This record gives sequence, C-alpha cells and structure tokens, in this order.
Amino acid sequence: MIDPLFLTEAAINGLLLGGVLALLALGLNLIFGVIDIVWIAYVDLVMICMYAVYFLVQVYGYPMWLGGIASVALGALLGVAVHVLIISPILSSAPVNQLLATGGLLFFLQSFATFLWTTDHRSVRLTLPRLEILDMPISVARLIAFALAVLAMLGLYLFLTRTYVGTAIRAVSQDREAMSLMGANPQRVYVVTSAVGGAMAGLAGALLIIQYAVHPFFGAAFGPITFMICVLGGLGNMVGAFVASFVMSEVIAISGVIWSTEMGYVIAFVVFIVMIFVRPGGILARRS
Amino acid sequence: MLELRAVTAGYGAFTALWDVTLQVRAGEAVAVVGPNGAGKTTLMRVISGLIAPRSGQLTFEGASIGGTPAYDIVGHGIAHVPEGRRIFPGLTVAENLKMGAFLPRARRRFAESLARVYALFPVLAESHKQRAGSLSGGEQQMLAVGRALMSEPKLILLDEPSMGLAPVMVLRLFDLIRRVREEGYTILVVEQNVRQVLKLVDRAYLLEVGRIRTEGRAAELAEQDFVRKAYVGL
Repeated sequence: MIDPLFLTEAAINGLLLGGVLALLALGLNLIFGVIDIVWIAYVDLVMICMYAVYFLVQVYGYPMWLGGIASVALGALLGVAVHVLIISPILSSAPVNQLLATGGLLFFLQSFATFLWTTDHRSVRLTLPRLEILDMPISVARLIAFALAVLAMLGLYLFLTRTYVGTAIRAVSQDREAMSLMGANPQRVYVVTSAVGGAMAGLAGALLIIQYAVHPFFGAAFGPITFMICVLGGLGNMVGAFVASFVMSEVIAISGVIWSTEMGYVIAFVVFIVMIFVRPGGILARRS
Repeated sequence: MLELRAVTAGYGAFTALWDVTLQVRAGEAVAVVGPNGAGKTTLMRVISGLIAPRSGQLTFEGASIGGTPAYDIVGHGIAHVPEGRRIFPGLTVAENLKMGAFLPRARRRFAESLARVYALFPVLAESHKQRAGSLSGGEQQMLAVGRALMSEPKLILLDEPSMGLAPVMVLRLFDLIRRVREEGYTILVVEQNVRQVLKLVDRAYLLEVGRIRTEGRAAELAEQDFVRKAYVGL
C-alpha cells in the first residue's frame, strides 16, 4: 500500500504541472480554433523562448522577471512571424500541406537549436526557498509557475470575453465570413490571435525553464502531451482543454508514484486512447 | 444610392450573374425576386464584397465599390444580412450585437444603436444574455437584422429573411422589416416569398438564370401574368 502522503504529494505536483500544461494547450487550441491550423511546432517555439531566458538570466545575469517579460515578447513576435511567413501563404491549401509546413518548422527549430547551442541540457538556477507543508516538500518554482499560469489564463479569459478584439476572435472562430461582414479583416484577427498564442508559448517557456533544463528536443517531451490534451478536450474547445490538462497531469503524476514516471506516460496514453473511443469529440463535447 | 452597371460575377468557371444592371435610390425598398439558383445570393455577395465582380461597375453614393473587400464595404454604409442568418451561435445575443458595431465609428455610438435595436426587437433585449444559438429561427433572424443595424448602415441587404421560418413568423418578420424601413433605412431584399415581399417594397427586379428579366413597380409586377403564375401562386 502506498503512503497516502505520497499520493497527496503526487496529486499536488500533478495540479501544479497541470497549470503550465493548460497554458500550452490553451495557446495551441486558441490558434487552432480561430485559424483552423495545428501548429505542430508550438512547443518548439516554447523551447526557443526557454533558451532566450536561459541566456538572458543564467549567462548575462539579467533578473528573472526581465527574462520572463522578454520571453513573452519573443513568443508573441515568433507567433506573428510563424503566421505571416509560414501559415499565411498556405492558408487555403490542403490541411496535410499545412501540417507538413508546421512540421517542417519543428525540424528546422530542433536542428537550428542543436547547431547553435549543441545538445547540452541547460537550466536556470534560481535560489528559491524550500517550502514544506505537512512534511511534503513543495517546489516553490512550481508553485510560482502554477500561479502565473493560472493568472495568465484568467487574463486570456477576460481578454476573450470582455474586450471587443477578444470577442471578435471568438466570433471569427465561429464564422469568419460573417465577421468580415461586421468590418473585421480576418487576416488582422489571425495576426492578433497568433501573437496571443505565441505570447502564451513565451510565458510557458519562462515558467518551464525554472523547473526543467532546456535542450533542442524539449518539444518532443512536452509536444505530444500537449496535443493529446487538445484532442482530449476537443480541438478548439478552450474549457475542454483546460479540464483535460488537469486530468492528464494528475494521471501522469499519480500513476508516476504508484509505478514509475515512464509508466505514468504509458497510462496517460492508454487513458487518451480509451477516451478517444468513448468520447471522440472531447470530454466536454455536446452530444448531438 | 446604389448602382450596378452590367455586373458579371460567379465562382470559378461558373458564371452566376450576367450583365446585371440595377439601382436602388435613397429611401427606397427594392426586391430582387426569382427562383432558386437565379443568382440572387450571388448578387448580394457581390454588392457586400464577399466576391469580386468579374466585370461591370458598382457604385455606392458615387464611390466605386467593385472589388472592395467585405470588411471595407461595411464602412461605406452597407450592411449585409446573409442567407441563413449567420449569427455567431456561441456568443450571447448582446455579444452578437456588439460585433455588429465592430467599426470604430459604430462603436462610438454603440449605446444609441443598441437602444434603437432593442426598441425595434424587444425580444432581443429580453434574451440578451442567452446564447444566440439557443434562439428560435425567427428570433435569430431578428438578431441578424439587429446586428446589421448596429453598424449604422444606410443600405441594408436582406438575403432570404423568411427562409426556414413558420408562416406566422414570416408575417411578423415582414412587419418588422416594414418598421425598419420606416426608420429611414434603404432596403434591398432578396426573397422567394414573392407575394409577401411585393407588398413590402416599392420596386422589384425579376432575376432568372443570372439575368434581369423584368423590373417595375411592385404592384404592377405582381399583376403581370407570368409573375403571378410562376411566383405568386395565384
């Protein structure tokens, strides 16, 4: 029998991981929901941003908060660049070509990072106090990452529901042509959406680099789980992705302490496959 | 106000409109009637900029608007209520109306426009927090018209407003369109419900296989033999 304290600790770690996963899934899902294209290389943009924070903070000695802001700005910039340079020219071509193009970007970014920075694992060392609640060590870095991720998602929610541009983004995702009849240039809405999605990747990068070491294949570690969450929540369904993030992170964390970390991912994939059969439209899909 | 001169348009290799010439004067209500597939919807889409004309001239208040993209046409004062309503189903009624006033100029007068729309369609005020997709067909059509009014248009294009509505609702809707008209908007409406629409408008054009076959005052057109037999069902 496993000590309930271990299980509680795992559940807390799962919750904390879920926050950052949700941030990634929402960013990816926002772009898919509005532009109808899956950015295969989304988590590789996160990887680039992690390197940026690493160099700014660990190598050049800038404060972490500055590195974080720079990472968000870089993410937004990369998001716009991806849309304008890669997505925009192939917007009306076959979906498989769009997947190939963003998939190509993934390999480009991985090779680019390997070429420039080698395959060494690099991490930002912050001196953060250790926190213990009821004999359970809680990582302060994870706690901060979770809190900021939740705040960012709250901000995204308010942006999408309370502002004109945010509401227009949701409207475009429902009917692009009708929104152009309202006077909104869909291309401009796409650029704004890509910038927001990219900024979320940038923030996720800053939140991940304080917990994990970055290397050129970081995207391969977090990419698949992010896509699984998006599909599980229902592609384009923001609330579904949010819920699915925590389901998946808890599955990984809890089965991780019962068996092993590797087993945690195996179980997560099994849960995913079963769920796809049971609810192919996503966990929150409306039955029609 | 609106003038089309020898406009030809279509999709790909298919030509849906041939040499269409028509005009709408300020304050008028004009109908374009005709059977399914006559090109009525294409005509509306060319005017609102959703498709570019292949040839011919479109002018609105003296400005050439042919080939201008839809998102710039709204700013000229033309609002298009598309076929099938095309409201945003996942947004609330109030959010749909907000999107109607997307342009900065319309946004500044948002409160007045909203009050006017709610006065015309009280049911929208009652359901303003509901998801638009949960409204009935007739209410959705009112929302589509209300959303168009939010952009402060001078000309409103209505594409098949009665489509899919119960007969009682059709009568109510035409009544409401009449009231919209009395507010001073110019209207160009496309309809299959010929009998009802001819009672509503001043003039009408008959469109058949992409060409204007005849035009005239609504009352006179309704009396013409072939129109009566083919469309009015008398």
